[in-house]
Amino acid sequence: MSSTVKAAHWRFVEVGRIVLVNNKDLGTIVEIIDQKRALIDGPKVQRQAISLNKVVLTPHKISLPRGSRTATVLKKFESSDVASKWEASSWAKKLATKERRRELSDFDRFKVMVLKKQRRYNLKKAVKSA
Amino acid sequence: MSSVNQKWYQSEDVPVPKQARKTAKPQKLRASLVPGTVLILLAGRFRGKRVVYLKNLEDNTLLVSGPFKINGVPLRRVNARYVIATSTKVSIDSVDVSKFNVEYFAREKSSKGKKSEQEFFDESNTKKEIKAERVSDQKQVDGALLNEIKKTPLLKQYLSASFSLKSGDRPHLLKF
Repeated sequence: MSSTVKAAHWRFVEVGRIVLVNNKDLGTIVEIIDQKRALIDGPKVQRQAISLNKVVLTPHKISLPRGSRTATVLKKFESSDVASKWEASSWAKKLATKERRRELSDFDRFKVMVLKKQRRYNLKKAVKSA
Repeated sequence: MSSVNQKWYQSEDVPVPKQARKTAKPQKLRASLVPGTVLILLAGRFRGKRVVYLKNLEDNTLLVSGPFKINGVPLRRVNARYVIATSTKVSIDSVDVSKFNVEYFAREKSSKGKKSEQEFFDESNTKKEIKAERVSDQKQVDGALLNEIKKTPLLKQYLSASFSLKSGDRPHLLKF
């Protein structure tokens, strides 16, 4: 019986790993403090030690020297195009839609309802004629 | 005390009305309540209706109109507490609301004379006539309001629809 050993596919807590903070902002891990905490930094998050419980690991990574300072982190973050890659992901899009829905006013919600009704009507008509 | 030269004391203390040293200030409305705002009424016979806020009156109530043509809410005073202000606004520069005040809405004094038995049990003409003045005022205000409302697509339909919470709505998180 032979077996092969494959490398794990999961996302590691590692220096340069892009993380999502507060389900909203991107940051990157700069240094791992201990089993539960890491130092993160990013364009929209203050450099801080944060519990890994409060952070979600994304599939993205940038190459970063350990313990980089904020200026370096920002430069690397910019050059690596992580932000646009993140924006393009369906995960980010879902979050954006959710946020947009939450921001709708009462009148906007009414307009959405009307548009949905129209869509339903057109769909039913198309189904019937088909 | 009524007179200085009273020669006797009252056997019992007479309650003297307390003198008020403060005057009632007009209510301070929340910042979201600006004339022209679309409101959602939360109480009373028109609860759930979306109406246009026109002016606040001296008795700390808000003057609103449906407009009557759109959703059946007449020119009416409502309590500011029982109202949700939405972020939707209607321009009311062309609407003249200067004549509306507390007296305008005052209830007519009915004659206090005793009704005869026949009158008392008479159920035929219980319907109150609406004054012609009220009707014409309503038409005037509604006309100006409707002109403004027509400028925004779907606003008319929005005002004629009433508000209700649907399943999954979390009112404390909703933005109005």
